[in-house]
Amino acid sequence: MTLYTATEEEQNLSIVPARYRGRWVMAGVVVLGVALMAYGMVTNQRFQWGTVGEYLFAAPVLAGLGNTLMLTAVSMAIGIVLGIAVAVCRLSPNPILSSAAWAYSWFFRGTPLMVQLLFWFFMAALIPKLVLGVPFGPSFFEISTNTLISPFTAAILGLSLNEGAYMGEIVRSGIRAIPVGQTEAAKAMGMTRLQTMRRVILPQAMRVIIPPTGNETIGMLKYTSLVIVIGYSELLTSVSIIYSRTFQTIPLLIVAALWYLAVTAVLSVGQYYVERHFERGFTPMKAAKALPKTAANALSKSGLPPASSASLATVSGPAEELEKAK
Amino acid sequence: MKEPIVRARDIRKSFGHLEVLKGISLDINAGEVACLLGPSGSGKSTFLRCMNHLEKIDGGQLWVQGERIGYRRSGNKLHELKEHETAKQRASIGMVFQQFNLFPHRTALENVIEGPTVVQRIPKEQAVEEGRQLLARVGLADKADHYPGQLSGGQQQRVAIARSLALKPSVMLFDEPTSALDPELVGEVLDVMRSLADSGMTMIVVTHEMGFAKEVGNVVHFMADGQLVESGDPHQVLEDPREPRTQAFLSKVLA
Ligand SMILES: Nc1ncnc2c1ncn2[C@@H]1O[C@H](COP(=O)(O)OP(=O)(O)O)[C@@H](O)[C@H]1O
Ligand SMILES: [Mg+2]
Repeated sequence: MTLYTATEEEQNLSIVPARYRGRWVMAGVVVLGVALMAYGMVTNQRFQWGTVGEYLFAAPVLAGLGNTLMLTAVSMAIGIVLGIAVAVCRLSPNPILSSAAWAYSWFFRGTPLMVQLLFWFFMAALIPKLVLGVPFGPSFFEISTNTLISPFTAAILGLSLNEGAYMGEIVRSGIRAIPVGQTEAAKAMGMTRLQTMRRVILPQAMRVIIPPTGNETIGMLKYTSLVIVIGYSELLTSVSIIYSRTFQTIPLLIVAALWYLAVTAVLSVGQYYVERHFERGFTPMKAAKALPKTAANALSKSGLPPASSASLATVSGPAEELEKAK
Repeated sequence: MKEPIVRARDIRKSFGHLEVLKGISLDINAGEVACLLGPSGSGKSTFLRCMNHLEKIDGGQLWVQGERIGYRRSGNKLHELKEHETAKQRASIGMVFQQFNLFPHRTALENVIEGPTVVQRIPKEQAVEEGRQLLARVGLADKADHYPGQLSGGQQQRVAIARSLALKPSVMLFDEPTSALDPELVGEVLDVMRSLADSGMTMIVVTHEMGFAKEVGNVVHFMADGQLVESGDPHQVLEDPREPRTQAFLSKVLA
């Protein structure tokens, strides 16, 4: 058998990536369209941009924004913790835990959030006193429900208990996405069910859990405006109080929209970093981190033609060992 | 005579109406390498999984190192152990899977120290030091910081072996450890297993590698339809089988 040797001319052939001219045309059309719309909006007197600017950083608006952020952060934090607990209980072999978790999800997903908020707020009317003690026996501690349930606590209870039910389903789907072999290996090593969850399953499930949790957080940002029904004030309430007085409805709604958009942008950036954290061990790009720094950098930054970056990969480890094994 | 490390008596297991193990009895002595052979579906994996209570047995009795697995006897009753008691028993029985089952979000070294630090609560520095020695022992000292996704199948299986050894088990169970590997990677895993056998580890190996069974195995057990059909010296069972079912299986495998 003879080996084929490439001629010098063949060795010097260079590769030209495919060009997509249509993309430039498309980009041009899009940029033009957006520019026209922006121009139209900016020059339209009825949008009252001056008023928007005037109220964007107004104290009541910022106070409302602060409340929105606080409600979102606290409710999501409690909701996520509840969700993990609910999902772990749902998948527990203990039938009492799993049916309790199922019932919780059923109830809190099955009733309107606004009803739940009103229920918590008016709990004092239904149950005037909360008592800690022996049933039908002496009581140790008594508190009036009214002092316990303020509009703030009612808002947090309503939002986070509702969120916990949805997060439970998200976490459950994440846990179920992990192959059973992972649980088997952990069990065979002598891990308990909880250790397996905490050390093996949840860290991997996070990859599946994070994107819908991002959705939930952004959704929560806007759902918080429902607390208006129990008299708690947040961003949308604050601007509505102003425009009901000044009748500058559109510019004030723009103020609220701009803030929601800004916060959503920040959350999206945060989500990107959280996602990247849990990608550990899963993507080739992240994998490059474990390789010697220089080679990894060279690979990503060199922009060398394919042939030379392939030889760099050989220097960097795994490929080399593979070669040896062969 | 010394107590065998593994003592199985009349092990029975059914999945619904399907009886998968129909009364398996065998002893495995300290330092012995027992190879388990048999057609697909004959119950080899199930038997292995019963040994660390990943499957609950429906009948029979099982001891590893003199300790009854999964149950406590009081009078005429066998009470199933609580989760943490079973977990403790499992830690001293190593298991290597066909699909490796490494934790993909942890590096090779992190995989190896997971058991010692989480299950046995050994200080991290000590676990890391022992973990590095174990990785060196399976020839992967330079791969400590690689994630499983960056390793070949053969390397992953060697890390999985190191991960099991990290718990200092009294017996190691292997369920077709080379069946998921490309042919050229089988040798490196068998080499590690051979040196483990040489170091005196008690091993139960489900395998289709006849060469390994003859060379490293002290005894071969042939299983079919949930029963132990034939047991004996590897050369005798594999080259001169007495039972027709063993003969039929070997003629298919070696053909
Ligand atoms: N969890 C299970 N549920 C139902 N049937 C099972 C389960 N595990 C194994 N089996 C069945 O038990 C039989 C023996 O399986 P297995 O022990 O995996 O055989 P082997 O490892 O010898 O190929 C097969 O028929 C298989 O389908
Ligand atoms: Mg099997």
